[in-house]
Amino acid sequence: MPFALLKYGLSSEYPVEVDLPAPKDLKSAYDVVIIGGGGHGLATAYYLAKYHGITNIAVLEKAYLGGGNTARNTAVIRSNYLTSEGVRFYAESVKMFKNLSNEFDFNIMYSERGQLTLAHTDATVRAFRQRAEVNKHFGGRTEMIDRQQIRELVPTLNLDPGHLPVLAGLWHIDGATARHDAVAWGYAKQAAKRGVEIHQLTEVQDFVVEHGKVTAVKTNRGTIQCGCVVQAVAGTSSLLMNKLGIRAPIHSYPLQAMVTQPFKPFLDPLVSSSALHCYVQQTSRGEIVFGGGSDPYPLYNTRSTLDLKESLLAAAIEMFPFMANAKLMRQWAGTTDMTPDYSPIMGRSPLDNYYLDAGWGTWGFKATPICGWTMAELVASGGQPPALIKPFALERFSTFRQVNEMGATAASH
Amino acid sequence: MKIMPCPLNGPRNISEFTYGGELNAMPDSATCTDAEWADYVFNCENRVGVVTEWWMHNASSYWFLAERHTGSDEILRTFDPKEVFTQRVDFHAPAQEVRS
Repeated sequence: MPFALLKYGLSSEYPVEVDLPAPKDLKSAYDVVIIGGGGHGLATAYYLAKYHGITNIAVLEKAYLGGGNTARNTAVIRSNYLTSEGVRFYAESVKMFKNLSNEFDFNIMYSERGQLTLAHTDATVRAFRQRAEVNKHFGGRTEMIDRQQIRELVPTLNLDPGHLPVLAGLWHIDGATARHDAVAWGYAKQAAKRGVEIHQLTEVQDFVVEHGKVTAVKTNRGTIQCGCVVQAVAGTSSLLMNKLGIRAPIHSYPLQAMVTQPFKPFLDPLVSSSALHCYVQQTSRGEIVFGGGSDPYPLYNTRSTLDLKESLLAAAIEMFPFMANAKLMRQWAGTTDMTPDYSPIMGRSPLDNYYLDAGWGTWGFKATPICGWTMAELVASGGQPPALIKPFALERFSTFRQVNEMGATAASH
Repeated sequence: MKIMPCPLNGPRNISEFTYGGELNAMPDSATCTDAEWADYVFNCENRVGVVTEWWMHNASSYWFLAERHTGSDEILRTFDPKEVFTQRVDFHAPAQEVRS
């Protein structure tokens, strides 16, 4: 219809699609208040609205949408963990990630490139065999590969870095990356479409607790009554829990990462080495992203240190010697809420209607969809944790039932 | 380079030190409940502000206390633990047969 097209083009009310409705005043009460407008909080809101018909939800974000650790991670998606509890959980997340672009009608740039972890010692080779078998058992695609296969996958990799020759690799075919901002935006857009209110620049300052329940949340924009509260504030979990007197084993450490100038494509898989404390990947823009272990002591600060730059880049150059001439473009850090067993804290808290999604350390982004899905189940059922997250309850520390994922972080910390 | 003023060795690069956690009072393991013990072993306040922490100088294995701001990373004061621990601390953990 050429005439309709002309009319459309000349219309004074040009129909721009609005992704997020303009901010409005806070209502006086909500059924569910979600603290934290990052991937986890927005995903929880989305699945509550989509599967449970709960739409009277406020997502409160103290800064801007997806601007915390959602924007600071290095966007690795994988499920090759060590424990059956962990693998089952993360494998489900990888499955959900694969379909997110379709679900959002918005491209999250999901790119399945495989993730290669290098073993430099016999002990690591043994741990890799176990991880490969556990992963296969729960439907993941992971196998052990030898030096020749590593050479074919990553021809630019130095297989004999200094005193640590590569012995074997753990090849995780499901390993992938995606645009982290897009994941938050996609969830926000679809949640808002279903009636969820997203309030940015709204900081939770205190709580009103009556008879073991949180009845209201005090923000810088006024007090709101709430049916229940979900906290999903990676990096500041303890600060919020301290306001409610909830004790938890979380220590907050900075994790620094950096990117180089863009290069021509040379590195398809994500490559990490636990012995060198370094992981390397090339983004779709050609930049090389380096990440490593957390800082050696806790700090609520995202400053950069020379010590970490030196040690991380020394390791990166051991792995890819030609990068010695690369120029760094950006450096940043995020605050990681580390738990003693390297597993998250999800589920109920000592308060009746206050739910925890915390302790996300360095493994939060890859769990975004499954977290949203399971937290929504937990909220909608009035506090019945789904089987997938039962092992991650806060009580596991007082009952001495930790879920030890220490051996499975990409760069063991 | 960040400098840690060690009470024994003087100002040294912070990479020579190991962080040892917040200073917390230890309950008596013989009389406390499992929950109290788990709280002591695992939980911490993890707050922003000046916190008293254990640190160790690696080369000399010397443990000391530091008051550090966990937001600005400023080290306000370091001191020998004998300022806090004025008497010897004995650990009462008699060996017991495990009965099932």
